Amino acid sequence: MDKFEKLSGIAAPMPLINIDTDMIIPKVFLKTIKRSGLGVNLFDEMRYLDDGSENSDFVLNKPQYREAEILVAGDNFGCGSSREHAPWAIKDFGIRCVISTSYADIFFNNCFKNGILPIVLPKAQVDVLMKDAEKGSNARIEVDLEAQTVTTSDGETFSFEVDAFKKHCLLNGLDDIGLTMEKAASIDAYESKLQVSHPWV
Amino acid sequence: MTAPKTLYDKIWDAHVAHEAEDGTCLLYIDRHLVHEVTSPQAFEGLRMSGRKVRAPEKTIAVPDHNVPTTLDRAKGIDNPESRIQVEALDKNAADFGIHYYPVSDVRQGIVHIVGPEQGWTLPGMTVVCGDSHTATHGAFGALAHGIGTSEVEHVLATQTLIQKKSKNMKVEITGKLRPGVTAKDITLSVIGATGTAGGTGYVIEYCGEAIRDLSMEGRMTVCNMAIEGGARAGLIAPDEKTFAYCQGRPHAPKGASWETALAYWKSLFTDEGAHFDKVVTLKAEDIAPVVTWGTSPEDVLPITASVPASSDFEGGKVDAAARSLDYMGLTSGTPLTDIAIDTVFIGSCTNGRIEDLRAAAEILKGKKIKDGMRAMVVPGSGLVRAQAEEEGLADIFKEAGFEWRLAGCSMCLAMNPDQLAPGERCAATSNRNFEGRQGRGGRTHLMSPAMAAAAAITGKLTDVREIM
Repeated sequence: MDKFEKLSGIAAPMPLINIDTDMIIPKVFLKTIKRSGLGVNLFDEMRYLDDGSENSDFVLNKPQYREAEILVAGDNFGCGSSREHAPWAIKDFGIRCVISTSYADIFFNNCFKNGILPIVLPKAQVDVLMKDAEKGSNARIEVDLEAQTVTTSDGETFSFEVDAFKKHCLLNGLDDIGLTMEKAASIDAYESKLQVSHPWV
Repeated sequence: MTAPKTLYDKIWDAHVAHEAEDGTCLLYIDRHLVHEVTSPQAFEGLRMSGRKVRAPEKTIAVPDHNVPTTLDRAKGIDNPESRIQVEALDKNAADFGIHYYPVSDVRQGIVHIVGPEQGWTLPGMTVVCGDSHTATHGAFGALAHGIGTSEVEHVLATQTLIQKKSKNMKVEITGKLRPGVTAKDITLSVIGATGTAGGTGYVIEYCGEAIRDLSMEGRMTVCNMAIEGGARAGLIAPDEKTFAYCQGRPHAPKGASWETALAYWKSLFTDEGAHFDKVVTLKAEDIAPVVTWGTSPEDVLPITASVPASSDFEGGKVDAAARSLDYMGLTSGTPLTDIAIDTVFIGSCTNGRIEDLRAAAEILKGKKIKDGMRAMVVPGSGLVRAQAEEEGLADIFKEAGFEWRLAGCSMCLAMNPDQLAPGERCAATSNRNFEGRQGRGGRTHLMSPAMAAAAAITGKLTDVREIM
């Protein structure tokens, strides 16, 4: 997994609440058996018109946001399905960090597995960052995972909370499966016990 | 004496294989369900790292999302990408030696219907699947939730998940439901009351007289949509109905093993005085037959209401509601029963079981669907389909003008050819009304099977109580 340490980038504002996984990556693109190449279809139904041409009103089609690396989004981002294609598409587009007041549980976990940092901040601070993001390419937002801070283009800094284990994995680009394999003895012991106490499992 | 525990606490504690100092746990997984959409990258990951499936005997796969549901599906899948995904699952199941119900097997169906039907899902278990509607299995008092593909790979390789415990939430439905009101109306009404993020960070335990009164199938409908309320999982304590449902199923324990299991299952309830971090209570008698009007499952109203205005809402919901109304092509103030529909879809892991088909057939018996209406029933599994044929339900549907399909996810998410055209309006028994969910530009109204059947007859959203 790619490491995430610091990021200084353009942030795209998406104030809509409840942006769901069908909006992030519609199901027609779930038929892939690969993880890569989904960025071109990120937010497909909002990003492209019925004839396949770009919708110039959509934020990521505007010249100042085409290189966005951060997304500032409305409440409950990523609700809906468990499809990891959602963070795969976000990452493939080039976005490495999402900032919102809240996320759906499965989407939130999926981000960490893919080197994307989902930051939770209170509404008032997300509002400040949303305004900052609206300045376009003149405003670069800085994210520092080690220090757990987000800094606006005006130099205002907010601290965020992040689970210590998830932070450790993201900072070091660690593979979860490898880490768990190191605890194989605990799993073996659990299974032995289970076979006696719950043989029907 | 130990502190009183919730049902969730008990199942959690019984599955912790390792706990780190910061509370991060390795949770042991008893059943891993797999379908073709969210698994190919996980199996590929195993191959690339030379890993095996740790517990193939606890891993069950079935293709459901992409499979055609038309009667000619034995000829194969036309769409090359869908075909490749299903073929990949065929190969992965064989290569890694996991249980498999291929498209040609009569037991094939939606993974969340097949699991309980075959007795894979049992009380007290942990059940995961790369699919958010895994919450369905919570109806058995199993801790069941959706996971992403990286976690699918993690479970395949280690039979565990890296987890931190969620908080406890109680949703109590007191009293008795009124006639015409179903499990679907309960679960939609709860989401209407709490919002789609109301359960975020929680595992919900549904309880109360109205929940106890539900059949196992109704309980599955309720738990299925726990995810739509944002919860990690929904649970219902097992009882005699649960045990009766499980007994005799192909993969349920038998003989002495059944007795041991039963004794354990009877300990799976929330202790008196256990702590819940959040409590929501609804009176069953206040719940009406409901439909959704917007593009979020929280956009729920009784069928007797009218289309709201965006100004009825506050905060970010004002813009979201305006966008929904525009997308849905609705004008505020219109009575919901004036909304004409083009298509009816009965099926999905929410409402594709035999009781759902019975409820719809009861309304449709001796009646015809509205001229020009497209209507289809997609049974949740091949066995549900066979039973419905045996009970004469299939004939009722066909005589009414419904298409009688083979099992699969179908138009719930439209990954197979069953899709809405732009602007087409559908009365659906599925679980999501998101923009484009049933096809780009398609408009979805969620409701119970009986309500969907009523809409098929009148051609409009309809209060089922008026034609019962």
